[in-house]
Amino acid sequence: MAMTLTQKILAHHCGMENVEPGQLIMADVDLVLGNDITTPVAIKEFNTLGYERVFDNSRIALVSDHFTPNKDIKSAELSKQMKEFALEQDIEHYFEVGRGGIEHVILPEKGLVLPGELVIGADSHTCTYGALGAFSTGIGSTDMAAAMATGKCWLKVPEAMGIELRGKMGDWVSGKDVILYIIGKIGVDGALYRSMEFYGEGIKEISMDGRFTIANMAIEAGAKNGIFPVDETTLDYIKDRAQRNYNIFTSDKDACYCENVIIDLDAIRPQVAFPHLPSNTRDIDDVGEIRIDQVVIGSCTNGRIEDMQIASKILKNRKVHKDVRLIIIPGSQEVYLESVKAGYIEDFINAGACVSTPTCGPCLGGHMGILASGERAVATTNRNFVGRMGHSRSEVFLAGTAVAAASAITGKISSPEEVI
Amino acid sequence: MILEGRVWKCGDNIDTDVIIPARYLNSTSPEELGKYCMADMDPDFAKKIVKGDIIVAGRNFGCGSSREHAPTAIKAAGISCVIAISFARIFYRNAINIGLPILECPQLISETYQHNILSVNLANGLIMDKSSNREYQAKSFPPFIQEIIKAGGLLNYVRRVE
Ligand code: SF4
Repeated sequence: MAMTLTQKILAHHCGMENVEPGQLIMADVDLVLGNDITTPVAIKEFNTLGYERVFDNSRIALVSDHFTPNKDIKSAELSKQMKEFALEQDIEHYFEVGRGGIEHVILPEKGLVLPGELVIGADSHTCTYGALGAFSTGIGSTDMAAAMATGKCWLKVPEAMGIELRGKMGDWVSGKDVILYIIGKIGVDGALYRSMEFYGEGIKEISMDGRFTIANMAIEAGAKNGIFPVDETTLDYIKDRAQRNYNIFTSDKDACYCENVIIDLDAIRPQVAFPHLPSNTRDIDDVGEIRIDQVVIGSCTNGRIEDMQIASKILKNRKVHKDVRLIIIPGSQEVYLESVKAGYIEDFINAGACVSTPTCGPCLGGHMGILASGERAVATTNRNFVGRMGHSRSEVFLAGTAVAAASAITGKISSPEEVI
Repeated sequence: MILEGRVWKCGDNIDTDVIIPARYLNSTSPEELGKYCMADMDPDFAKKIVKGDIIVAGRNFGCGSSREHAPTAIKAAGISCVIAISFARIFYRNAINIGLPILECPQLISETYQHNILSVNLANGLIMDKSSNREYQAKSFPPFIQEIIKAGGLLNYVRRVE
């Protein structure tokens, strides 16, 4: 039977020749991920299971990123629980503040996720690694506890939705605009329970960082995972990073997609998702006059080096609007350091931006830029739900880095073309 | 097992930030989380709940984050069951894993009213709207998941097989 890329990876990880959509499998996992919010819950549960040790101390990644550097006593206690567990279990990939960053930025950077692997994480944006041709999906803390003990996870083989990318992206259009455009088209449950498989000649147009952004937001369309085929761009990225051997799988030519969506990259303009759903998108040209109080550039969606580069292109030798706070958060120590070396950070500071150490920060309304009632922000993050970045009467508009940086200068939601 | 309670209706795409806002995630205590269940929709929601009440929702209930704190908060607030047109997938598996009963039943939401009394038979998926005297058949769980539920959640299931 013909299989999709996702199905092949799943079959491989449960030792079967074939799997079919809807089938329930118990799969071996290559890596289990948790953060400072979800891991403490999982540790509590792990401790009731009667296992002395985790299944493999080199196959678990624990990242302090959500409320860190700790914002209050309660969150400090959570981080402490995770740290103590990491020490006790001798977890090899425990990332302390100052040596990591946001989980979904650092795991690929450190070569901890590779093509053909099966990764689960107690964080919904674990689907990011599909960009590398891996199957990765978000699970809950209970799943994490069970997987840390057994190295296994139950999964339902998803149906696949094919997303064909055609053509070339225009100026100032990036991966973020592509995925917002797709979510705007299919809705926040348009890919519910499904796997979003990207294919087509348009893929080669999209940078590795752009692919991470796209796969990252597959969950925002309800998908179980988003996945890209492995090509030159992927291999280039992992060449000096891979820490293990890996397998490259490809979808069969006649693999079955329950639905096909064709996306013409040429037709995509920079996108803005209005409150309070990521599917509430408009072309930048149809946004109208919307004044803003804050801009956030960062997160596991857009906190990579390409984003810092785009931001500096727009901010260099310009000034942030007097009524606006611009908060820039490189996604990892590596991105931070590269941005320092390339002079981007200097550009940001000269423009009047606040630059933060890597953290999830305001993305989930934790700290480092919480909105007051009635305030509006443009953010390169992935969710604009009610209260996501602060007060339940604040508003978040999602956009790519170029629109975010341009808006910081004009004080209203703007196209980069207005500034440059 | 038969559950009985009043209906609390909500719309489509009720996300995990509404179910339990991130500002309360610095706690892992179910009791504490239960107090803030649905806080950004209605700050007094948890106070209004009588133990056993049932949430009836539209499409894609529980979309957003993977936080298990969301089904935990609902369960701790005293909600006995969530019935929706569809669930977001991580919420779906988290609810099963922590033992919050959930059922998919597309017709119910448009036909029932706030505070109607429902009686839900988890074994066969039969839902009785006692206020309107109508009966509904929800989708039943696949056998594999029934086994996890029978074992009392994923942790017991793992404990049992090993
Ligand atoms: S940056 Fe935002 S979306 Fe990404 S892991 Fe952190 S809180 Fe979640």
